[in-house]
Amino acid sequence: MRCTFMRANSRSQRSSGFDATELMGVADWSERLVERIREANALGTPLRITGGDTKHFLGRQPRGEQVDVSGHTGVLSYEPTELVVTVRAGTPIAEVQAMLNGSGQCLAFEPPDFGSAATIGGIVASGLSGPCRPYLGSVRDFVLGVTCVNGSGEWLHFGGQVMKNVAGYDVSRLMVGAMGTLGAILDVSFKVLPVPEAEQTRVYEVSEDIAIAKMNEWAAQPLPLSAACYLTNELRIRLSGTEAGVAAAVRDLGGAQDPAGSLFWRALREQQLPFFESTDVLWRLAVPPATPPLGLPGDTLLDWGGAQRWLSSRQGDEAIRAAVQAVGGHATRFRGGDRSLSVFHPLAPGLATLHRNLKNAFDPAGILNPGRLYEEI
Amino acid sequence: MRAPELIAELRRLLPADCLLSDVEALRPYECDGLTAYRELPLAVVIPTDVDQICNVMRYCETHGLPVVARGAGTSLSGGARPHKDGIVLSLARFNQILAIDPTNRTARVQPGVRNLAISEAVAHLGLYYAPDPSSQIACSIGGNVAENAGGIHCLKYGLTVHNVLKLEVVLTNGQRVTLGGDTPDTPGYDLLALLNGSEGMLGIVTEVTVRLLPRPVTAQALLAVFDEVTQAGDAVAAVIASGIVPAGLEMMDNLAIRAAEEFAACGYPVDAAFILICELDGTESEVSQQVERVTGLFLEKGAREVRISRSEDERLKFWSGRKNAFPAVGRISPDYYCIDGTIPRKQLGNVLKGIASLSEQYGLRVANVFHAGDGNLHPLILYDASQPDEFRRTEELGGQILELCVHAGGTITGEHGVGVEKLNQMCVQFSEPELQQFHALKNAFDPRGVLNPGKAVPTLARCAEFNAMHVHAGQLPLPEIERF
Repeated sequence: MRCTFMRANSRSQRSSGFDATELMGVADWSERLVERIREANALGTPLRITGGDTKHFLGRQPRGEQVDVSGHTGVLSYEPTELVVTVRAGTPIAEVQAMLNGSGQCLAFEPPDFGSAATIGGIVASGLSGPCRPYLGSVRDFVLGVTCVNGSGEWLHFGGQVMKNVAGYDVSRLMVGAMGTLGAILDVSFKVLPVPEAEQTRVYEVSEDIAIAKMNEWAAQPLPLSAACYLTNELRIRLSGTEAGVAAAVRDLGGAQDPAGSLFWRALREQQLPFFESTDVLWRLAVPPATPPLGLPGDTLLDWGGAQRWLSSRQGDEAIRAAVQAVGGHATRFRGGDRSLSVFHPLAPGLATLHRNLKNAFDPAGILNPGRLYEEI
Repeated sequence: MRAPELIAELRRLLPADCLLSDVEALRPYECDGLTAYRELPLAVVIPTDVDQICNVMRYCETHGLPVVARGAGTSLSGGARPHKDGIVLSLARFNQILAIDPTNRTARVQPGVRNLAISEAVAHLGLYYAPDPSSQIACSIGGNVAENAGGIHCLKYGLTVHNVLKLEVVLTNGQRVTLGGDTPDTPGYDLLALLNGSEGMLGIVTEVTVRLLPRPVTAQALLAVFDEVTQAGDAVAAVIASGIVPAGLEMMDNLAIRAAEEFAACGYPVDAAFILICELDGTESEVSQQVERVTGLFLEKGAREVRISRSEDERLKFWSGRKNAFPAVGRISPDYYCIDGTIPRKQLGNVLKGIASLSEQYGLRVANVFHAGDGNLHPLILYDASQPDEFRRTEELGGQILELCVHAGGTITGEHGVGVEKLNQMCVQFSEPELQQFHALKNAFDPRGVLNPGKAVPTLARCAEFNAMHVHAGQLPLPEIERF
C-alpha cells in the first residue's frame, strides 16, 4: 500500500489510556492494544473502548477500564481517483472530511459528530448516519474494510480497499453499529463520493400526514433528493446533484427556497435544533417511511423521509416500544432515562441467541464493551 | 447414514413430489454454472413451504447431514455444487412475488424469483431493482443474496447488500428468524449484511424484501476506443476524479471485443486494443451535460474515437456485446473459465501486463472483461477440457491471476464468491487467525457444520498444506512476474 499522506500520533493534547503511547511508533501502538486486550482476556477484565467519547451518552451504561484509542490517528491512504480512503480509528471525523473536501469528495453518509473530538472508529462502532441516509446510504453501506483486534487479542483484517469484495464473511459491516462489542477497531476503509456540484433546500408549509405522503411520493421519482425532514408544520427537502439536475427539480417541486438550508441540515445532524433541547427522554424511532403519524405523546421530528422519527417524550418505555413495534419499527432510547435497562429495542428470542453466539465467537471472555449494546453481550 | 435410510426418512417429512433420488433425476443438480466441478448428491428436496424447510433442516442437523441450498444454479464458483454425502435443497418452487409496496418502495419476494422478474413486475410503477448481474435473466434473488451479486450498475447503485432490506431465514436448528426489516436499520448486530455474500453457509433464505429505486429519466452510453491500456486506465481515473459517478463503466480487451462482435454484431471496432463503455443516467439536462464532459475527458486521455448513443436502441446495442461477452467467448473456445478478482483501479495496467505474461507462460489465451469503474476484473481463460492436463493448467493460471490481484492490493473475488474454486487463494488473502475467526462465526450460526460444508472458507490444515507447496524455499512460483 502506498501512503499518500501519513501522520501518526501527532496529537499529544489528548489524554490516552496508555502511558507514553504518544511517543511510540504506530506498530508499537497497535501492539500495545493487542497486548492490553490479551491481558484483559486472560484476566476477564472488562474494557471500555473509547475514541473522542462524544457518544458517551449512547447505549447502556458503559463499564470497564477505559482504553482510549483516540491517539491512533492518521490517514493511511487516500487516492481520490480510487474513491477510497483508509483512516486510523482515532482520527477525528472533521479532519477526514476536511481532507476529502479538499479533493471535492466526502464521506457521503454525513456522520454526526456530537462534538469536534468525534472519531472515525466511533462512527463505525455507533453506526450513525446523517440526513442523507435514505438516499445515499448509511455508514455500513460505505465501509469497505476494517482492521480490528478481537476479544482474544488477535489482529484481524477484513474486507479491503476495493469496491467489490466477497472473499470471506462480511465482518467489516458486522462491526458497524456493534458498539465495540466484537472488536476494537484499528482502521477503516470507506468508499467516498464526490461532493455534489449544487445543493438547494426547499421548504413547504404542510401538516404531518401530508409531509409523510409528499416525502414518499417524491422518493419514488427520479429526483436528486438528499434529505427530507418534517418539523412543526414545515417540510424541508434538500436537492443535491448537478446544477442542471437541481434546477430542474426545483422547477418541478416548487416550494420556497430556504437560504439557511445547509445550516439547518447540519443542526439536524448534530441535534442542535431547538427541538433537541428538551429535557425529556429522546427516542429514535425507526419505522417504514410511509408509516402514518404515530400520535405518541410528546414532540416529534421526522427525518430520513419519514423512516427515522425523533420523539421527545415522558411516556414509559414499554408503551413507546409497543406502539413502534406495532407498525413494524423499533425504538432506541437515544438520550436520557435509566441506562441500566434496555436502551436498544429488545431482540426476538432467535436473534438474541445468534447475538450471544456471535459475541462468543469474537470475544469469548466478554471483555469488550460488555453490556453497552445489550445486557447479555 | 446410508442413502436408502435417508431417503426413507425424507419421504416421511415431505410429499412425494418434493423429493428426487433417482440418479437420472439427480443429474441436473450435479453442478452449477461452474461446470468443471461435479458431484451427485444423495437426494434433492424441492420443498413447497417453509415448514417443510424447517423440518428438513432439523432432521439434517440432528443427523449431521450436509445441506446445499440451490436457487437457479448459476453460481460461477461452485457455491451450489452438491455434497456427495448430503442433500441439495432447491428453492425453485419458492418463485412468487408476494407483495409490492409502491409507497414504501419495496418488494417482498420468494428466493426463487428471478432477478429480472422483480424489475419487470414493478416497471409500471416507474421503479426497478438495481443490481443487475449478467445472469439476471436466469439467476434467482436468493442466490444473489448468497453471493452478494453485483452487476454493471453497482458502481452507482450498489451491490445486493445495499439493496436488500429484510430476509426471512431458517437456521440449521429449524428456527425461523427475521434479519433486517422494513425500517432503515434494525437493532443489534447487522446480521442482514452478514448474510449477504455468506454463500449458503449460515442459513436458508426463504423470503427477501428488496428496495426499489425510481427508474432514471434517461440514460445514454458512450463507447470509446483506445490503443493503449494506460490511456483507457487514465480515462477511467479522469472520469472518477471529475466528480461524475457513471451508472456503468466497463472495459473490454481486443480478444473480448472480437468475440463479442462476432457473436452479437454490436458494431464494436474489432481492431481496437481496448474499449470503454460508459453509461450516464439522470435527467435529460444532467445527462447531456455529463456526456459532453466525459467525451471531452476520453478524447483528452487519447481515445481514438468516442461514439455516443443517439437512441435507446443504440444504447442497448453498445451494451449487447458487453452483456454477451461470456457466451461470445464461449463460441471462440471449446471451454472457458471465468476469473473474478478485484483490484484498485490504478493497478489495472500492471495487472493486465501480469495476466498477459502468465497467459503466455501457460500457453492459454485470456480475454479480459472488466467492470472498470469498480476495479472488478473478469479474465476469461480459454481452454479445451478434452485436452489432457489443460483444465489443470487453467485452474493453476486462474489461481495465479487471483494471487496477482491480492498482491496488487485487491481481492480474489469481487462478486462470484469463493465457493469450491478459490479455497486455496483464501489461504493467500487471509491469515490463520482471520480464517479461524470466519470458522468461529460460521459456528455461531451452524454449530454442526451442515450448511454447504467445505465451501467458502478453507480449513487451516488445507492452507498449511497449500502454503507449504506454494512457497517453496521462500520462492514464489514464476518469480519473473512482477508482484506489487
